[in-house]
Amino acid sequence: MTYFLKRLKHFVFSAFIAIGPLVATHAVAQTPLRGEVTEGVIAPLPIAIDIESSGSDLGDKITKVVMADLERSGFFKPIDPNAFIEQSVGIDATPTFASWKTINAQALANGVARVDGEGRLQVDFRLWDVFSEKQLLGQSVTATPENWRRIAHKIADAIYEKLTGEEGYFDTRIVFVAESGARGKRVKRLAIMDQDGANPSYLTDGSYKVMTPRFSADSQEVAYMVLREDSARIYVFNIETGRQEAVGQIKGMVFAPRFSPDGSKLAYSVAQGGNTDIYVMDLRTRATRRVTTDPGIDTSPSFSPDGSTIVFNSDRGGSPQLYAMNADGSGVRRISFGGGIYSTPVFSPKGDKIAFTKQSGGRFSIGVMDAGGGNEKLLTSSFLEEGPTWAPNGRYIMFFREPPGALPSLWMVEASGRIERAVPYSGGASDPAWSPRLK
Amino acid sequence: MTKSVFKLALLACATLSVAACAGKKPEVVTPPPAVVEQPATPPAYTPPPPAETKPLSPTGPVPGSQQDFVVNVGDRVFFDLDQSSLREDAKALLDKQAAWLVRYPAVKVRIEGNADERGTREYNFALGARRAESVSQYLTSKGVVPSRISTISYGKENPIATGADEEAWSQNRNAHTAITEGAQ
Repeated sequence: MTYFLKRLKHFVFSAFIAIGPLVATHAVAQTPLRGEVTEGVIAPLPIAIDIESSGSDLGDKITKVVMADLERSGFFKPIDPNAFIEQSVGIDATPTFASWKTINAQALANGVARVDGEGRLQVDFRLWDVFSEKQLLGQSVTATPENWRRIAHKIADAIYEKLTGEEGYFDTRIVFVAESGARGKRVKRLAIMDQDGANPSYLTDGSYKVMTPRFSADSQEVAYMVLREDSARIYVFNIETGRQEAVGQIKGMVFAPRFSPDGSKLAYSVAQGGNTDIYVMDLRTRATRRVTTDPGIDTSPSFSPDGSTIVFNSDRGGSPQLYAMNADGSGVRRISFGGGIYSTPVFSPKGDKIAFTKQSGGRFSIGVMDAGGGNEKLLTSSFLEEGPTWAPNGRYIMFFREPPGALPSLWMVEASGRIERAVPYSGGASDPAWSPRLK
Repeated sequence: MTKSVFKLALLACATLSVAACAGKKPEVVTPPPAVVEQPATPPAYTPPPPAETKPLSPTGPVPGSQQDFVVNVGDRVFFDLDQSSLREDAKALLDKQAAWLVRYPAVKVRIEGNADERGTREYNFALGARRAESVSQYLTSKGVVPSRISTISYGKENPIATGADEEAWSQNRNAHTAITEGAQ
């Protein structure tokens, strides 16, 4: 286990990043520039990114990561640096806006990266509205040099937030199941990577099958299922310490874990005597409470962000549908009513929406509906896909897609369905779980 | 041996010559005794190779073995889409499984429920658990002691057919009876 702990330590313990305001060289604009969304069509905002560094390629590397983050969001169209007319703006200078207008940049983020006397990497950057010729943002981001990618994600988050008005999501991680080998002999390992696919590392060695990892709210713990020849158990993995622990001595098969929003409880399914019900365990006292008793299948529980409601999957009405109940199991009501089969419901971070998997017409879709049901909208469709997980800002949903006879891979779709992107990870991957924003 | 034969022959000739010379009347010639060869020492006795008796290798699996169960009984029953109720063909096979298990009471089994890939992972674990339980209950109803049976669901994680069509999916909707101990 030490081989990945070293890697983990590197990103968990040395990941402190300081952000401070830069002194404005220009009045900060009152009305931020926005990417335009009209009639369901997104016109990505052309933006120029130029982080420089003297004597190293760090500036170029950071620039590339910021550009890739913004491009993948679907709301930005980063401009090829080869097209830049003004080659070096200078962090304390005002850009020559005319030259940026010429290449049709509507926003410009320029900055400088340098390693200070204490060996820390500092990036100062400013974000400009090219047409109003105003500074929108000026920040200084500091971290250890090996964390340069996190600095890039912080810069991308700041730009995204300023220009979209929404919370950024780039400085986040994905825990997932790395898959390899032929179908029927799949090796399934718990893995973690940055949201852009960088820094992947394995957390388990593949000697047993791992499935459905889920992040706790502080993103330091992951609950997941381990399937062995004769048992199915839930474990909690602490990313900070590398410790993993079986959750309780529960009779029967245990699967489908999910943390409560405050991380104090775990909801999961137990199959015993052929019947699957939902239980909630207090992780401190280990006290368990059975919250469904129906003879039908009750699985895939997901808490609302305020902890008051659990949405779940049940076939109590004949076919698999979505139901909601109070967290104590009372007040069960069905919330899915369209034709087809529904499963894997997940509350959005704001609690206003539920993402789900739907099967109809021989295909699988990822969709969203209102928290109480209704306003169903399918965002994707393919031969086989499932397992939605929300970005912490509630704007994107990641899921996995498995073409016939191929390894699965991770995808993300914007919550309106207008933007769909493959998540950059080269191997087989399934069961993604999107972390909260890192601290 | 050659030497002694020669001496006898010489002696016989001498006797004949004397008789022939002594009278005119020819005497009846007595034929010489037959020469019999006598071996000096008998050759060592070599016994014939013994006739070996071996059992024939069996034409089928050893009764009570895992192979016996798989080949002569059948270790897997199949289900319809999203169903865990036993089809008639499944019941017929489980009747044979139960009879075999009653005959070999030391055997313990694990019923492994499986689902096709046309469902989500967590739901399929629950579905596989139901299928395993259906089989377990049926075997119990046919006289197999419940303590000899354990159940597990592999959901859609252990497909036996790797295709991506109905033919493969129908194979993957099954419950497998695995012998965990007590087989010959």
